[in-house]
Amino acid sequence: MKTLLVLLSIAGLALTVIPSVLVFSQGLSLETHKLLMLAGMLMWFITAPFWMKEQEL
Amino acid sequence: MTEGFLKRLDTRLDAIDEYEREPVPEDRLKGWKGFIGMYAGEHTAGTEFVIGPLFVAHGVAAVDLIWGLILGNILAVLSWAFLCAPVAVRTKLTLYWQLKKICGSRLALVYNIVNALMFCFLAGSMIAVSATAVGLPFGIAMPALGDWLPTSIGWIITVFAVGLVITLVAILGYDYVARFANIAFPWMILVFIAAALAVLPQLGVSSVSDFWTVARERIWTGVPAEGQSKFTFWHVMFFAWFANMAMHIGMSDMSILRFAQKWQHGFSSATGMFFGHFIAWMASGILTAAAAGAIAPGIIAFNSAGVAGAICVVIAGWTTANPTIYRAGLAFQSVTPDWKRWKVTLFTGMLTSIAACFPALVMKLLDFVALYGLVLMPMGAVIFLDVMLFPKMKMKSNLAEKASLDFNWAAGLTWFVTLLLCLFINLYVGIEIFFLGLPGWFIASLLYVGLSAIYQKRVQFTAVPSATG
Repeated sequence: MKTLLVLLSIAGLALTVIPSVLVFSQGLSLETHKLLMLAGMLMWFITAPFWMKEQEL
Repeated sequence: MTEGFLKRLDTRLDAIDEYEREPVPEDRLKGWKGFIGMYAGEHTAGTEFVIGPLFVAHGVAAVDLIWGLILGNILAVLSWAFLCAPVAVRTKLTLYWQLKKICGSRLALVYNIVNALMFCFLAGSMIAVSATAVGLPFGIAMPALGDWLPTSIGWIITVFAVGLVITLVAILGYDYVARFANIAFPWMILVFIAAALAVLPQLGVSSVSDFWTVARERIWTGVPAEGQSKFTFWHVMFFAWFANMAMHIGMSDMSILRFAQKWQHGFSSATGMFFGHFIAWMASGILTAAAAGAIAPGIIAFNSAGVAGAICVVIAGWTTANPTIYRAGLAFQSVTPDWKRWKVTLFTGMLTSIAACFPALVMKLLDFVALYGLVLMPMGAVIFLDVMLFPKMKMKSNLAEKASLDFNWAAGLTWFVTLLLCLFINLYVGIEIFFLGLPGWFIASLLYVGLSAIYQKRVQFTAVPSATG
């Protein structure tokens, strides 16, 4: 379960940054990039607190 | 029923012991992870969305920006590691309780009131930055950068809503603050990077090799906007070094680093400096250039990253305001020791939210940041000398505690005279406020050693008869 959550978190971060690389290389529109960033944000904040809270702070 | 709930809440919140009035015990010390995330989150803040654009407006040239930020940030990290962290690890006390041992309760009281108010205003600016983004989707009329007073009821409601959430998290204690910063940071820094990368084609960058030319000709052109003063390499370097002067040289981060297992943990501030004060400042500069010089944080983030960008501004402000309110709460608590910590933090949050209603805090951010660091810096020099050097110089540390003083005049005069001399240098020599921290620290150090040498003899002369007689 934890591995799945970590993978989803990483996918969330990937959705945050990879679309901007595609916009930079003119393979994606700015509007689509904004939507994908929103999806990435939701994935990160829904999944990360469950596995990050286990770490020593 | 309500009374029972409040009693349970009171008991539970009192159980959150943050060791404000005693050295942190060994089993509560934290490793690198406790500081890396905290510093990274704290210095990747909503205010970075303001500072980056202001460098553009002040006509910083691209080469001056890069070298100024690199050198200034290295100096800031070294200040944390070699000045603040060794003191924090040796004493394991907050700045405020250490100050009481050195300066006495009355002088510490004066300092703590000034310090807490400064932190409230600083946290207020961060709440205001967050509120500019929160208001966007609701169509609330937001103040422009030229506004100094609250502009609408909607703005005030937005500010108080943001302030309430931030205060509640701060009440729950340091672990909760660190945990939130840890979770938010990896996403936030990627939003800064992604937003900047996505707007580069609008500025004419179609390949990596174009970047430097565009950076020099369209972003950091070296030409200030109309009505703005020109910033040089020295401005950038000193601003990067002293932007957090109150925290490293001024020793406020003793509150955080007293939890460190070893002084080397002070180097963890590098995450905040190089992600926040390098990448984020550069990224927000790019965003403002792409937005034709617009500076409002919510708008430039929304234009480049959509809803996620606006939320990033909110969270970036939140992660910085949280520890700042926490520190201000600690300062007020030492003024009102009978109050419970959570009540003090609640009071601090309310005061901060009221301050945040005034957009002047954001408009004058650069000047305010420089001023608050300068005002607190002399007492940082006093603490560093007292803890680290006085024992080697055969002088007495913690004089107020040992001689039962409530006002250590050597420390008090060091503070006041240093600030007066800095004001003199500013007004009559013409040195800008951004540069005064460096001569100011040496002035404070010389004054404290000299005044202490005289004062400690007098204290011993008067203290011995009373002790023996």
